[in-house]
Amino acid sequence: MDWGFILERTFSTMLGVEVMVFAMAAVGLNIQFGYAGLLNFGQVGFMAAGAYGLGVTINYFQWSFAVGILFGVVYSIVLALILGVPTLRLRADYLAIVTIAASETIRLFVRWRQMKEITGASEGIGGFADPFYDFALNPFNPGQRYDFGPFSYLGRDLWVLTVGWILLIVMVLLVKRLMSSPWGRALKAIREDEDAARALGKNAYMYKLQALMLGGVIGGFAGMLQVVQKGSIQPDTFNPVITFTIWAILILGGPGRTWSPIVGSMIYWALISFLENVLRQLPDGPAGALEDTIKLSDFNISQLRFILVGLGLLLLARYRPQGIFGSREEMALNDR
Amino acid sequence: MLLFALLAAIAGTFVGSLASAQTDDTTGELAIFGQLGYEDPESGEDVNAAGVTIEVDGVGSVVTDDLGEFRLVVPSAGDYAVTIDVETLPEGVNLRNPDANPLEASVSENRDRRVLFPLVFGEGVGSTAGDISFRRVAQLTAEGLKQGLYLAMAAIGLTLIFGTTGLVNFAHAELVTWGMLATYFFNFYGLAGIIGFLAPLPPPFGGGVNLVFAALLGMLSGAALGWFLNRFIFRGARRAGVSLIAQMVMTIGLSILLRYLFVYVFRGGPRSFGDFSAQRAVSLGPIELTPKDLVAMGLSVLILVAVASYLEMTRMGKAMRAVSDNRELAESTGIDVERVISLVWMSGAALAAMSGVFFGLDQIKWDFGFRILLLIFASVTLGGLGRPYGALLGALVVGLTINLSTLFIDAEVKNMIALLMMALILMFRPQGILGRAERIG
Repeated sequence: MDWGFILERTFSTMLGVEVMVFAMAAVGLNIQFGYAGLLNFGQVGFMAAGAYGLGVTINYFQWSFAVGILFGVVYSIVLALILGVPTLRLRADYLAIVTIAASETIRLFVRWRQMKEITGASEGIGGFADPFYDFALNPFNPGQRYDFGPFSYLGRDLWVLTVGWILLIVMVLLVKRLMSSPWGRALKAIREDEDAARALGKNAYMYKLQALMLGGVIGGFAGMLQVVQKGSIQPDTFNPVITFTIWAILILGGPGRTWSPIVGSMIYWALISFLENVLRQLPDGPAGALEDTIKLSDFNISQLRFILVGLGLLLLARYRPQGIFGSREEMALNDR
Repeated sequence: MLLFALLAAIAGTFVGSLASAQTDDTTGELAIFGQLGYEDPESGEDVNAAGVTIEVDGVGSVVTDDLGEFRLVVPSAGDYAVTIDVETLPEGVNLRNPDANPLEASVSENRDRRVLFPLVFGEGVGSTAGDISFRRVAQLTAEGLKQGLYLAMAAIGLTLIFGTTGLVNFAHAELVTWGMLATYFFNFYGLAGIIGFLAPLPPPFGGGVNLVFAALLGMLSGAALGWFLNRFIFRGARRAGVSLIAQMVMTIGLSILLRYLFVYVFRGGPRSFGDFSAQRAVSLGPIELTPKDLVAMGLSVLILVAVASYLEMTRMGKAMRAVSDNRELAESTGIDVERVISLVWMSGAALAAMSGVFFGLDQIKWDFGFRILLLIFASVTLGGLGRPYGALLGALVVGLTINLSTLFIDAEVKNMIALLMMALILMFRPQGILGRAERIG
């Protein structure tokens, strides 16, 4: 086993695109669940809304990249309204039911073959991301490799990472600022005791709807960054497992805490990368034993990952719903 | 030799021996192959489609030769997505079924895998939307009724668990899949057929059993799983005062845990039961249904009637409804609430398992439950969360509506109607069709 290689991979993962994209989606979920107590089980739907908003605008309507971003935001807001307006006046579980159902429906809708001209159906959309890399401020040559000590990045990825991380940190700081503003404190009050907040004249419904929209737009940005990095939009990448991974990340970091999305995402992806690399590099003896007993092979290692995500989410929600670093008082996950 | 077999049996875990029971360990080059051709509409001759790009996800791509044949070596057995690049098809030629692209091909360890991409000259299967005839309406009604009945069994379990514990169980769909897969397992391997030294025993222990008996075992195993989940996961959580929201996140974790355990053990490809898999439909007036569908529909009606009379007439059924209405009040009248909850989990899971068996008559797949989760939720919401008769009615309405909706829209997106119904009912009548008007905010 090459421990140097495994550790190098693990550390380079921690600053990578996945960490950034999932952390951003988790920032959105953190607003919804961490601060407002909303059970959004369909964050991947917002990512898809952002991604398709961008891709369809550029590819089908032939408008510019900037307008594409605008439409990504608009689609996310529209989705939040569709999901939130009927459910946010009701008990918390209705939003959960509707969001989990809607995120899967969105996937079915965009891969519907009647939508082929617009969304590309199951083939998806490609060739919309070039303006991002041709942007005048991009200091990197997309095709060139850049070395930083042991890490080496393609110029293309480096540009995505630079933009993404700056955006992510700006978002986190904005959320931090926002949550100490009167708006944010009212939101937390609604999470803790909706009746009390309402008695003080706060329109809980509007606050929750705004939180759902804001978190959804941030999720939409995560989706846009993801597809810009890939250079294509594939409908089946927006599957529900993404949502549950985002949940695992948020609860790992601690819901309702400023930096928890980034911390959780780094821990999650470092663990996954470490585990996968170790399992793939096992010497023949233990590898053979694993293959014989639980049929672990190169093919189902990725399935093992999701089994662990599920188990982790189950155990975290049971024993440490406040996350690894959170305090129980702050995040009591109260019933409503 | 006997000692060796015994040792192997002990060493081999459940998962390992199950997976190895399905495959032979022969080594050698494995490949995905096939031949592409279509009929020329003018001459009526078969034409080979040369120069078409076929891509196997994660492996590479290959171009068909002059005979339209292709062959691509894959590194090992497993599931692969095979995509045909429709841009490279000859002019005017299309896939007969554009939905079947990419195809999922599972390569077993001892055999090359042939994949078929039927091609046609001209347009593929068009949309059937907009074709309204008495025959179609009748057929779709029958199919909607069938789907509604099966859905009802899953939905009643979910709504009962919600009623007694306040918990929306997002892993309920996995209980449906569990019933399906467990029945498949008993159908082929029997009770203990995978444990090495027990395998030579006669059925039902060693060998597979008839589907009817296997379905009963599957239902029992569903009840066992329900009991287990309540006893070892959710009862502890309730006692430790874990909030309902955190419990819901737990069920989300449980759902993905179970789902990926299923695909880990049973692999990705679709399967079917050993009995009754290829039946010819019989005509009843304008309706065509297979005999197994008719029997399953009859059985599900019986089961639903039995559930209703249980809830109405027995002490335990009344206790269930009482706990569902008001837990504290029920507890103060001397009802053992924990016992009721345990029974509700067991019967709810058993009903879900049975619904999985009936759905499994058509197709068995590791993520089947998740794909109907939307429909189960829509049924429950339509009927009002926590109301068993509401769930029954809701399921029938959902089944009929989405099937009849294909008169007007593409079958591919019929499930979207269920989401639409759910949004509408929440907007205008959140207590559900049968629910009393009350504040649920």
